Amino acid sequence: MRTFREHEHKHDLHGITVVVETDGAELWIGRCDDVVEAGVVLRDADVHREGEAGPPRAQWLERARSFGVWPRHRHVVVPAARVTGVRRLAEI
Amino acid sequence: MPYSPLLIRPMREELLAVGFEELSTAADVDRFLADTNGTALVVVNSVCGCAAGMARPGVRLALREGPRPDRLGTVFAGQDLEATARARAAFGDIPPSSPSMALFKGGELVWFLPRHRIERRDALDVAADLGAAFAEHCAVRA
Repeated sequence: MRTFREHEHKHDLHGITVVVETDGAELWIGRCDDVVEAGVVLRDADVHREGEAGPPRAQWLERARSFGVWPRHRHVVVPAARVTGVRRLAEI
Repeated sequence: MPYSPLLIRPMREELLAVGFEELSTAADVDRFLADTNGTALVVVNSVCGCAAGMARPGVRLALREGPRPDRLGTVFAGQDLEATARARAAFGDIPPSSPSMALFKGGELVWFLPRHRIERRDALDVAADLGAAFAEHCAVRA
């Protein structure tokens, strides 16, 4: 049985787990709620900041690709002006 | 806020109809996972049409033939809150996602399929992933 697929008012990526690349140190992964003028709206997202403590980006991405990310940010808007790319996590 | 039980009943039935045990309480999950003999599949069901709409048919397809887990259990994310939390605790250091699927062998988690590897795929693809996991970890049915 197919369920709530009727979200025509939302962006095509609605409900899809995406990687949002930015022009800065931040790389976001989360479930895309929508893409609007203000930016990419993510739910249950996590972020990797280059240069901060924690695993290197490649290692963080590999773990995310295998198992997903912890929902450290329930709702976040990545500003459109900062976004340089949006890809499905499954395609990484 | 949990969904209406009436709304999700058909989504539960899709799995119960092929032999899944409904794990609606934390105690159900504890009892189910306490049996460490053989293999057990736990499906975290979900209302999400972006992924669950293909997850359930994929599971059904995968169970039609070939090796399969000895036991099948399911919790429903957003509905059976304590049971879902308990199941996710058993998944160890794997972030929560729904729908998702976990295969245990001898009480150890040996395979996991998170939500993002179900999204946008069709039932045949999901069934193929499950079938490969069953072939690797589960005994052939007599």
